Amino acid sequence: MKMTSSKNVFALIFSFALIAGCSSTGETTGEGGMGTSAGSASGEESGSTVFGGGDGSGVSSSEMTEQERMEAEARAEQAQAEAMREITTFYFDFDTAEIKQEARDVLVAHARYLQANPGQNVRITGHADERGTKEYNLALGERRANAVQRFLVVNGASRGQTETVSYGEEQPAVMGSSESAWAQNRRVELDFE
Amino acid sequence: MRNRAYRPDIRRSLLVFVILSLFTVPAMGDELLIRITKGADSAIPISVVPFSESGQMPSGDKVSRIIQNDLEMSGEFAPLPPEQMLSLPSRGDEVFFRDWRLLGQRYVLVGQVTSAGGTLNAQYELYDVSQEKRLVGATASAPASASRSLAHHISDRVYEAITGVEGAFSTKLAYVTLERNANGPTYRLQVSDVDGKRARVRLESDEPILSPAWSPDAKKLAYVSFETGKPAVYVHELSTGNRQRVADFPGLNSAPAWSADGQSLLMTLSKDGNAEIYRMNLASGDLKRLTNHWSIDTEPSYDHTGNGFFFTSDRSGGPQIYHKASENAEPRRITFGSRYNARPRPGPDGDYVYYVHQRDRAFHIARTNLESGDETVLTRTESDESPSVSPNGRMLIYATKSGENSVLTVIAADGGAAYSLPASRGDVREPAWSPIVR
Repeated sequence: MKMTSSKNVFALIFSFALIAGCSSTGETTGEGGMGTSAGSASGEESGSTVFGGGDGSGVSSSEMTEQERMEAEARAEQAQAEAMREITTFYFDFDTAEIKQEARDVLVAHARYLQANPGQNVRITGHADERGTKEYNLALGERRANAVQRFLVVNGASRGQTETVSYGEEQPAVMGSSESAWAQNRRVELDFE
Repeated sequence: MRNRAYRPDIRRSLLVFVILSLFTVPAMGDELLIRITKGADSAIPISVVPFSESGQMPSGDKVSRIIQNDLEMSGEFAPLPPEQMLSLPSRGDEVFFRDWRLLGQRYVLVGQVTSAGGTLNAQYELYDVSQEKRLVGATASAPASASRSLAHHISDRVYEAITGVEGAFSTKLAYVTLERNANGPTYRLQVSDVDGKRARVRLESDEPILSPAWSPDAKKLAYVSFETGKPAVYVHELSTGNRQRVADFPGLNSAPAWSADGQSLLMTLSKDGNAEIYRMNLASGDLKRLTNHWSIDTEPSYDHTGNGFFFTSDRSGGPQIYHKASENAEPRRITFGSRYNARPRPGPDGDYVYYVHQRDRAFHIARTNLESGDETVLTRTESDESPSVSPNGRMLIYATKSGENSVLTVIAADGGAAYSLPASRGDVREPAWSPIVR
């Protein structure tokens, strides 16, 4: 039951972030001067239309289209990564520090971003739900923060960019003593400074 | 620790307290209100007859009323309400044993309080009704401003005369209150009498305060504060308010516990990778690492010998209680009864260890008899944390939930009686019972 509810929360945040990401893709396309109808057409489609109309040579057009396609793909990938990086909270099961499968791609996106931006630091805070003892939960929150830190470092971030702190059960995201509150409080938060 | 040593004249020790108070006047705290929820079935009937009074009495509770409350909250006594008494003697020659036998009383306490020149003087006598014998006849005095100390002192004498065990009514409680409002949380480290009165704020912070622990002389508190944005261990001298940040390593700095000589602290640090237990010599700052395992090791507490210690470790897969008989001994697992047992606190005699115990979905306080290995669940409440045993081993205080808030509850250490100390507002948590101050 607690797993279901935390998955729901995750799915909700994830889908919201993807929607936000789509609209930012459109804006990027607009900046290139290739059309302003951001919402309806995808970046790839508008790109090929412009080049197809502007150049008579099939060969060079094909090459340009290929290049453009790759650029567009890269842009889309970047947009997707940006969308994923909107997610900065990661949830855990009771008394574990195991990073969930659905969190991995998102954390990889964060790690690549940190790798590409060596001046960027991140504060990683670990939290526990209210059940059990405060000091053990402080250590458990640290174990969760450390698990996320290790994952980021393995995937390209530098250890020097990361700082971990555990608040144990002291800073609940949601007040209350329900399964749903507990699920939302067992978490690690990334804070990009 | 528990042998009865010289007990200084209460007047002298109180005078010292007052002088030091002139230099540091801690803010008034939120007093806790005692709510008796369950008396022990075996509670001893005793009559605390309202003391006669002469001279200008201090405002607030009468001395005999405070004594009556003390004895009742121990769970071991059932004081007779004064309105049911047939007579109100204040001296031994006024006590008619037949009256008290009729009322089913086993003990009667009578006394007088006089006030002169800013000093309260009490004369009191404790009688065994069935034997028609005086057990205690004594005097005590205190500044008028310290009438509660005077009363707790008399409670201790009465308790010891009847049970043979040193009273703990003159001891203190340290605890943390948490108030959440629009400006965010406010944590307050407070110290009060064991009956929740005379609460004083010793530290206030927007950031968490955790794990207060009394020094053996009850003059200092060690605790964890997040005031710098991360957990660090502090030692705080109560009389002066002087504080020292003793551990501020990368990672965790938490769970301080004093050695019997007050020279060292056990604590949990993660500077070497994960949560391990260390001993710090407070004078030199030298550290000795006492555990070495990839799992979480935390919540240390010295055992009654002062050589070994209990701690929580999840090396078996979930948190369980372990004991090391000495710093270099192999850890021995103590708890097996459920998958979550944590934060051990030993009783003063070495016979029991008390801890947080998960059973079904609830968290209770349980204890294990260290000789037999038998485990007893002591509480019926369901979100229990932070057990702390009274220095005479007879009572146990812990934090539990009442609605949305955390409250303190005191029970007899064998699980008999119970009373709670709800905070006037917000949460009250992390109780720590002081040693007996001599």
